[in-house]
Amino acid sequence: MTESEIREILKEVKDPEIPTISVVDLGIVTDIKVDGNDVFVELTPTFAGCPALKIMETMVSDRIKQEDGIGEVEVKTSFEKQWSTDLITEEGHKALLQHGLAPPKRNCSALNMEILEDTKCPYCGSDDTTLNSPFGPTLCRSLHYCNSCKQAFEGFKPVVN
Amino acid sequence: MDFFNEAHVDAAKELLYKMADDQLIIGHRNSEWTGFGPLLEEDIAFSSMAQDKIGQSEHLYGLLHELGEAEPDTVAFTRNAPQFHCCHLVELPIGEYDFSLIRHFLFDMAEAIRFEMLANSTYEGLAQIARKYKGEIKYHTMHANTWVKQLGTGNEESNTRMQNSLNDSWNLALGIFEPGPHETTLKEAGIFEGEAVLKEKWLELVTPLLEKANLQIPDESTWEPFYGGRTGEHTEHLQPLLDEMTEVYSIDPTADW
Repeated sequence: MTESEIREILKEVKDPEIPTISVVDLGIVTDIKVDGNDVFVELTPTFAGCPALKIMETMVSDRIKQEDGIGEVEVKTSFEKQWSTDLITEEGHKALLQHGLAPPKRNCSALNMEILEDTKCPYCGSDDTTLNSPFGPTLCRSLHYCNSCKQAFEGFKPVVN
Repeated sequence: MDFFNEAHVDAAKELLYKMADDQLIIGHRNSEWTGFGPLLEEDIAFSSMAQDKIGQSEHLYGLLHELGEAEPDTVAFTRNAPQFHCCHLVELPIGEYDFSLIRHFLFDMAEAIRFEMLANSTYEGLAQIARKYKGEIKYHTMHANTWVKQLGTGNEESNTRMQNSLNDSWNLALGIFEPGPHETTLKEAGIFEGEAVLKEKWLELVTPLLEKANLQIPDESTWEPFYGGRTGEHTEHLQPLLDEMTEVYSIDPTADW
């Protein structure tokens, strides 16, 4: 298999906590190397303390092994490259919305409260929202409230390096 | 960097141990707010910060493992208090919420600067982790600063509580910067500029923030840092914390859940 074919099948591997987004669209698959029948995949963590990391390593490895003619599979989590929410693809933003999560703002030069406060409601698209807390049910989510459709919602937190 | 002599390895280990132990212990303390926060959002905030700290400590223990120390779980769960290198500030019980907030503010501001300083370390493995953590910790410092300012400038009771906690925490916080035996080696090897530089930068950062929060730093003549944590001398609060943290592991080291 080629590197791009591996990337393609990894689109079937979803984030265990956000089942609409694939590990590829989340931007955490930062390297794929194919050497004969052997495959190496590098994953770059979103948050260092994310408990889904080890689960995703196993899911990625298991999915590749389902293909015929695969030899050794190595999946390694590395900090060599830096993940930021800008690595989430456009497809990924759509997937987040589909799960009811406001996508993170792109190209923030620095992180501050204003950026978090300025979040569009994923349900009605209104800008009239309030930040309730920069911490949510998982490390990557913040809590918001939409003043237009009167709905509490969660956002995917921007991570800026 | 490739460590070319024993002295560099020893110096790096000492640095990693104190950073990782600080994170593991304050992470455990933060987690004690889970279910007890004064409001739901704060319960979630301290629980999330606990998860960050403990998760980050695991990667630092991973670096120690690369340098020849035992597996991260073994290191985290099988040592007694005298083998820990955390500062006294992180081991104290959570106390009232004002104390936990002030501790979180003073500690995380120092940690944010430490990561900034280490982001350019010649020790590449540590530099990579520091670059990652300095992005994550912004959420902690933002949280700390918001609440310190809000309660410091709130009403008389909130200001008094925050001021008393600051007075009680100040010398403990200065204990973060206890000089280690390898300061010169770390600096010369380009691994870390050292605790003294960190302390200066920390003072420059927290002084105006506390002023804005209407809080007074205790007079310099009263500064007496709590040292000893880095060399295994701890308060009576650490061992009971470790006993609780390692209870399941001690009963069954192969337990899985």
